[in-house]
Amino acid sequence: MTKSQLIQTLANANPHLYLRDVERIVNTIFDEITEALAAGDRVELRGFGTFSPRQRGARTGRNPRTGEAVAVPEKALPFFRTGKELRDRLNG
Amino acid sequence: MVAKTITRADLTEAIYREVGLSRNESAQLVETVLDQISRALAKGQSVKISSFGSFSVRDKAQRVGRNLKTGEAVQILPRRVLVFRASHVLKDRINKAADGRQP
Repeated sequence: MTKSQLIQTLANANPHLYLRDVERIVNTIFDEITEALAAGDRVELRGFGTFSPRQRGARTGRNPRTGEAVAVPEKALPFFRTGKELRDRLNG
Repeated sequence: MVAKTITRADLTEAIYREVGLSRNESAQLVETVLDQISRALAKGQSVKISSFGSFSVRDKAQRVGRNLKTGEAVQILPRRVLVFRASHVLKDRINKAADGRQP
């Protein structure tokens, strides 16, 4: 399933909404999650899962082709932990 | 900076604000979106949200684990797990914001 398919399914289930409003609804949800992670906050959606930013320290990496050492700066990565209910649904 | 926790209520509020639907309907739509994603995943499909990331289901084989407290060997049954891969857009967005916060 892609985002556009998700929007289409939602639009079919809600014929009273304009397609562009359904698009805005879906985009708003993912934008809010993105903004929260960018602000260093976590997003907890009970039964679905939790998104949280994790900090990775700076390290010295290596260019795999030349073997040369390169400094890799500190960075933040988004993490997702599946909620209990969804985990059960996957194995149901 | 103190980290907050964003919940369904905040997503509902954002839709109410951005799209102008009632809070009740906004809340229902948040629920429907999460449910549609969950349904697709439960069927074993992957879900790709462009410029956000993708969710995919991975099969894990049976293996022998160990109860860490008792040291006892236990069978871990084959199961399905969910993997989230963040898109580059999301990763970049988080890092740009993190750079701004760094001293």
